[in-house]
Amino acid sequence: MNVADWVVLLGTIVGIAAYGFWRTRHIRSLNTYLKGSPSTGWGTIGLSVMATQASAITFLSIPGQGFESGIGFVQNYFGLPLALIIVCAVFLPMYRRLGVYTAYEFLGRRFDRKTRLLGAGLFLLQRGLAAGVTIYAPAIILSTVLGWRIDVIIVFSGLLVIIYTVTGGSEAVSLTQKWQMAVIFGGMVTALVVLLAKLPEGLGFSGAAHIAGALGKLQAVDFSFDASRRYTLWTGLLGGLFLSLSYFGTDQSQVQRYIGGASLREGRLGLMFNALLKIPMQFLILLLGALLFVFYQFERPPVFFNQSEWQRHARGAGGAEFLTLEERHAGAVAETQKAIRAWLRARASEDVAVESAARAAMIEANRRTDAVRSEARAALLTADPRAKTKDSDYVFITFILAELPHGAIGLLIAVMFAAALSSKAAELNALGTTTTIDFWRHFRPLAAADEARNVRVAKRFTALWGVVAVAFALFAGFAENLIEAINILGSIFYGVVLGIFLVAFFVRRVGGSAVFFAAVAAQALVIAMFFSLNIGYLWYNLIGCAACIGFSLLLQAVLGPQAPTDVGRRA
Amino acid sequence: MTRPPLPDQRSDAEPPSLPGFRTWRGVYLFVFGWFVLVVVLLTAFTRIFS
Repeated sequence: MNVADWVVLLGTIVGIAAYGFWRTRHIRSLNTYLKGSPSTGWGTIGLSVMATQASAITFLSIPGQGFESGIGFVQNYFGLPLALIIVCAVFLPMYRRLGVYTAYEFLGRRFDRKTRLLGAGLFLLQRGLAAGVTIYAPAIILSTVLGWRIDVIIVFSGLLVIIYTVTGGSEAVSLTQKWQMAVIFGGMVTALVVLLAKLPEGLGFSGAAHIAGALGKLQAVDFSFDASRRYTLWTGLLGGLFLSLSYFGTDQSQVQRYIGGASLREGRLGLMFNALLKIPMQFLILLLGALLFVFYQFERPPVFFNQSEWQRHARGAGGAEFLTLEERHAGAVAETQKAIRAWLRARASEDVAVESAARAAMIEANRRTDAVRSEARAALLTADPRAKTKDSDYVFITFILAELPHGAIGLLIAVMFAAALSSKAAELNALGTTTTIDFWRHFRPLAAADEARNVRVAKRFTALWGVVAVAFALFAGFAENLIEAINILGSIFYGVVLGIFLVAFFVRRVGGSAVFFAAVAAQALVIAMFFSLNIGYLWYNLIGCAACIGFSLLLQAVLGPQAPTDVGRRA
Repeated sequence: MTRPPLPDQRSDAEPPSLPGFRTWRGVYLFVFGWFVLVVVLLTAFTRIFS
């Protein structure tokens, strides 16, 4: 990185944070602090919802996922538009009608105090743990490739986000997210344009897509019913629907983004904006990864993209073996490149038999390259059993640093920070709000009358969660596959929380005690299954939700009928 | 004094005020139709390039 990169990076990241801080420094109203400006329009809400979901991991790991496994991950988002329609039609009107600050307040009104605390507690547990990962995940990757100290990155980004989130609350979060999304869109379009321009002459998008497709990277939709496959149309529709419904409908970090705003219409349009754009956006990010795969068929890629990890061992005692692997990999890549060019010529000849033989040779050559990469990972593990062998998270950042012009490098690093800060800010905002409203204020009902004190307490809790997240990121070790670690964690808790909310909205005859004990039993069941079965983690959303609803109905049948609450009648 | 957040008194029937859409049901159907189209296009993309 040179001076131009630093100017772009610091100018955008610190500039946006300073803007958010400055614009919201005088906020005194609890309503604005927790829900944002009462005049917020659908565009800001839509971008805010999108920015909250898109963390830095989205832009570091997902292109790597496209590179390594193809674009099938896009199916994970198939349930999202359907979930957002349900949130718009059922959840959002009820939240606005009751004027709640948090989704869990609704549970208190519909059921009872203990169910509200259970919902809020599960959120704090799950989101509090994820908050550390959100800040750690990009930091570890950026520190590895840029050579910066990880603790400096964590503390710098942590402090920046704490300052403006504590100062301006929800209003500052929405304001900054709008500009952070502008940086993200600008950066990703720049990367895609540079990548397309750097493909071999005459290949173009169509040629690159055909190569990626022939090598198995462009299977977007998989109709298989095989339950062990992680991403299929069915897991995306069913598991993805439940995960998205839970995330957008019951996770305070999302609920807080759309319950404020000028009117119900603005909230609904903001969510529909996401329902329309999310799948195409994820598809483009994954496609970028698949195109990176093609690019690295023509530009010699490293045998292992986490070069820092590789070099650490290559310079050690077993260095000769690592050198041999590098040479074998270079030879395999050259063979693959030759096979690809032969296949392109065979395709142009339109002779089916020749094309088929050339395709088989290309696939075989690619398989040999993959085999050398697998050997490289095995060698790393032999040298150090604790070595990090997953390098797909490093593919995109390697491309950025090696291929983008100066200035654009700074912009793309700013994309990573903007994404990290935007999702982090929404998390801290939600954690601080839930702790204040569902716990502190709940146990100190008399303090609710003092607005200034409420704002002060909300600020302190937000700061406290920020410090906890930074400390967690500094001292905790995390699972290798960062994006999946977050999704798995979410899937373990989200299903049950969603079950509680679905009972609240749709099963009027179930009361607080039945749903509370059903939720506890369902959560225990999901945790037991997670540790004893090997099934795709998206299914836990469905299982947790179904178990919670089923147990609630059973328990209520045992306990006998209960009088519906006022909210229950309206739901 | 803390003012409790004001319940939104506006009706759920508040129109979307979008050109071509008179009800929210119409908006949801459009979004659903768009989703189906995206899945069909992705399937076609898979068939064309795989």
